[in-house]
Amino acid sequence: MSVLADTMAGRRGAGAHRPLLAVLHEWVVTVDHKRLGVMYVVSGLAFLLVAGLEASTMRLQLVWSGLHVVPPGTFNRLFTMHGTTMVFLVGIPIVFGFANYLVPLMIGARDLAFPRLNAFGFWAFLFGGLLLHFSFVGGEGLYGGGSAPDVGWFAYAPLTGRAFSPGNSTDYWNLSILVMGFGTVATSINLIVTTLAMRCPGMTLGRLPVYVWMMLVVSGMTVIALPPLSAAQIMLLLDRFLGAHFFDTQAGGSAVMWQHFFWFFGHPEVYILMVPGFAFVSEIIPVFSRKVIFGYPMVVAASMAIGLLSMSVWAHHMFAVGMGSPLNAAFAASTMLIAVPTGIKIFNWVATMYGGRIRFATPMLFACAFLFQFLCAGLTGIMLAVVPFNWQVTDTYFVVAHFHYVLVGGLVFTIFGAIYYWFPKVTGRLLSERLGRWHFWLFVVGFNVTFLPMHWLGMIGMPRRIYTYPADRGWEFWNVVASLGVAFQAAAILVFLVNVVLALRRGERAGDDPWDAWTLEWSTASPPPPYNFETVPVVGSRRPLWDLKHPDDPDGPHE
Amino acid sequence: MSSRGRVGMICLIIAEASLFAVFVVAYLYYLGKSLNGPFPREVLSVPILGTVCLLSSSVTVMIGARALGRGAVGRSGAWLFATFLLGAVFLTLTGAEWSRLIAREGLTIGTNLFGTTFYALVGLHASHVIVGLVMLALITVFAWSRALGPANAERVELVSWYWHFVDGVWIVVFTVVYVVGR
Amino acid sequence: MLRLACGVLLLAAVTIFTTSPATADGNGGVQTPSIFAPVSTPAYAIRELTWIVLVITGAIFLVVAGLTVYAITRFRRRQGDDGREPPQVYGSLQIELAWTVVPILIVVVLFLVTTRYIFAIEGRPPVPEALEVTIVGHQWWWEIRYPKLGIVTANELHVPVSDPAHPTPTFITLQSADVIHSFWIPQLAGKMDVVPNKTNRIWIDPQKPGGYVGQCAEYCGLQHAGMLLIVAVQSKEDFEKWAAQQQAPARNDAGVQAGRELFSSLACINCHAVRGTTANGVFGPDLTHLMSRRTIGAGVIQNTPENIRSWIDDPASLKPGALMPAMKLSREDLDKVTAYLLALR
Repeated sequence: MSVLADTMAGRRGAGAHRPLLAVLHEWVVTVDHKRLGVMYVVSGLAFLLVAGLEASTMRLQLVWSGLHVVPPGTFNRLFTMHGTTMVFLVGIPIVFGFANYLVPLMIGARDLAFPRLNAFGFWAFLFGGLLLHFSFVGGEGLYGGGSAPDVGWFAYAPLTGRAFSPGNSTDYWNLSILVMGFGTVATSINLIVTTLAMRCPGMTLGRLPVYVWMMLVVSGMTVIALPPLSAAQIMLLLDRFLGAHFFDTQAGGSAVMWQHFFWFFGHPEVYILMVPGFAFVSEIIPVFSRKVIFGYPMVVAASMAIGLLSMSVWAHHMFAVGMGSPLNAAFAASTMLIAVPTGIKIFNWVATMYGGRIRFATPMLFACAFLFQFLCAGLTGIMLAVVPFNWQVTDTYFVVAHFHYVLVGGLVFTIFGAIYYWFPKVTGRLLSERLGRWHFWLFVVGFNVTFLPMHWLGMIGMPRRIYTYPADRGWEFWNVVASLGVAFQAAAILVFLVNVVLALRRGERAGDDPWDAWTLEWSTASPPPPYNFETVPVVGSRRPLWDLKHPDDPDGPHE
Repeated sequence: MSSRGRVGMICLIIAEASLFAVFVVAYLYYLGKSLNGPFPREVLSVPILGTVCLLSSSVTVMIGARALGRGAVGRSGAWLFATFLLGAVFLTLTGAEWSRLIAREGLTIGTNLFGTTFYALVGLHASHVIVGLVMLALITVFAWSRALGPANAERVELVSWYWHFVDGVWIVVFTVVYVVGR
Repeated sequence: MLRLACGVLLLAAVTIFTTSPATADGNGGVQTPSIFAPVSTPAYAIRELTWIVLVITGAIFLVVAGLTVYAITRFRRRQGDDGREPPQVYGSLQIELAWTVVPILIVVVLFLVTTRYIFAIEGRPPVPEALEVTIVGHQWWWEIRYPKLGIVTANELHVPVSDPAHPTPTFITLQSADVIHSFWIPQLAGKMDVVPNKTNRIWIDPQKPGGYVGQCAEYCGLQHAGMLLIVAVQSKEDFEKWAAQQQAPARNDAGVQAGRELFSSLACINCHAVRGTTANGVFGPDLTHLMSRRTIGAGVIQNTPENIRSWIDDPASLKPGALMPAMKLSREDLDKVTAYLLALR
């Protein structure tokens, strides 16, 4: 533990062993963006394990028809907690944690604009996450899932009203996410201000690393799209506690209005989760292909287009609600349109690799799998925009397959790539390439074995969120296959954890720049000193370190 | 390069605007959909005095912020205190109206859709007024105790931006509730 | 790797072809409700559209994935690589314009095709020969009413088969008594949500007689998984026979008089209706012709005497969370009421 702490703090070698309490105190009161970033990512990974266990239990229950691994009430709590945890307690903290760590380093700044607000954001997230999980205590006991929420991660009204969800489980969902939401908005504001107001000399907006641009877009989306969720949750709170009728259909209220408000947040949310994944690979692919990213201006413009367009597609989650043909067609149009800037990015990445000298270190392996899996995810997304097809497969395992290809095949894979890429910078040690390969191959096999068949299951009639299914539907075979994939994924995660522990203890020293990369974070020590840079960097192009390493052929004139 | 505080406050205002927008949408959508009374036309009376107070407070806070920038700390404190008072009057009048609506007209948040959306929207706005009043009170105290100086002018200006935003929201709420909705 | 991929694809193809056909009796009792086995116009139209979309997206996948595979294999670092950096290519306006314009064109085409199908399916007006059905979703069962025929039943929808030359479609009005549900029979049509305080419409015109299955497709609480749907598509004569039988009031067998009196005096009539008696509750399924249905508990359990008895005794033992309370009858009372219900054919 103290080795880890010393390492993070930049104290290399066998320094003085400090008492555990002092170390913990330092971490608890820290406002340093690097430490907060690490805390975000570590917490997110811990919640990943919890949500993974929830998913594994569900896959066990569904491996055959009519099983009784868990009672129906518990299953319903499991899928609700799995979705809620993955979106709010794994995805968001990890992507914002990385941004926390990397953005100041990439722009040559000393910290984020508001360090104390940064700390507030982290603790709001952690408190919310712990509050949500406290719901497992009491209620119906652990086997019954406690009083954990059981209304689905998007908590449709009026199921969430007092009449249909008596007790406190929905309140746990509502309050914990409300609290976390404030923290997320705070962190987004912090990132925007930092990026706009604290760049080092020479770093015009046109010279920002693609990662920073994308996190700027993500932060802007969060500032606009998260408050509507908070608003809807406040309305739900008023309904449940003060007798208001926002979503009370008995009093003339509208159940569909919750959906509009939720998805107005919910759709940008999934881009808020995925665009950081794009940002990771936009740094990884060029470095491991040994080529500058192809079409920087277009990549940035496409990201901004995605940010804007993502606010116009929300009702494609509601094609079966009965909005009427004109609205259905309009949202089909906007949804298909957003595929264009998203697809363009894939072309830019492939064009970056084209003509390169690709080195398949572990980060690059994850980035390559991402390309195929995200292509698949994007194409099933286009299929889902075809409204009549959507009428058949919405609310089925086809959609489950689609969004797991986006969020696992896309986001989780890129997160692992990012961890392997930046771990040396954060800790000063390299992760094992050999274990990295085992991790990668186990995970890619397990993930695809689990989620590819789900496309088919949706198309042969299997809806979502069912704790069991009849024996005479012909669904068993592919459910068995899907459940088998879990073993591989679990093994992969285990290998990853072993890799991390071993690397922290006796990993090879990384040095400042183990990957021969080009952005500013690689110009300082690994791990960076608390003040980040000894002297404030001055940059003349998008790849300051390329310019330093290739003084005969700097980037400037080409940009 | 823009100042951190300014960019930050603009972002906060955007986030808050997004929050309010949803409540305004709900209010507009539910107009005319209550299954039972009382109805807006029957019970609402236009809060002219309160609105005048609140909107004038935007003027006073602007004068107060500018005064601080010129170094006139005492005068600044006075104008900021005036802002606080005007805001407090607005809040008191809102409270009085609510009291009348609840006790005499029988309109609560649970009465019907009108009650639900009215109290939620006006209440959300009032809660933001309260936060603004707390900030203004603090700054006034700092000004009077001479702890405030021209160096803090930008921060006070940011608080005035927040206050302008709260007033801007009131214009929207006023239009939606008392003009369009009646 | 390639062999593994081919093996998986082969396995997938085999499964697709063995599970696609789905009729009431085919395939050893397995009724796979596949969207690729339509029997009704909306489902046919959607299958057609699905093929179009699969071809387009499949082509895009092959092209893009192919280019990616090419880039990965052709430009990987080889043994003996001298460590020099390759030529840095910063971008190309022509290429980027091309790969922006082409996707936009594809999107425009796809959008136009999609819109045509949207309006064709949703916009179809009812015809005079259409059968009108109103379905009300409850937690966790389906109330089925034929307003013009005076029939009220539950969970099993009977409709006449439709001849494509002279269509006799069924138009369904969907309402909810509590939370949001979704009505979905894949072989007949896309799904349509059942929303409280909102009325939705959907239509089907099944062209092959037989049984088709579906279930609620919007999470609606504890027993969302236990809200199954059975549609019996019958010839015109069979349907009329069924309708006539359903329109008749409840049978009044003398042998079950004791049970009938017990039923009428207990809390049963608060929730259930039996036409022709005093029972006219609306919270639970109409029991007038209970024994004409194949299943109970919304498709979850077979309709057998033992199951009826167990259900009345303690519904939660068969369907945990069912909103009907355990009636806690004595053994004799339970036997009498069961006998009465078994007579409601």
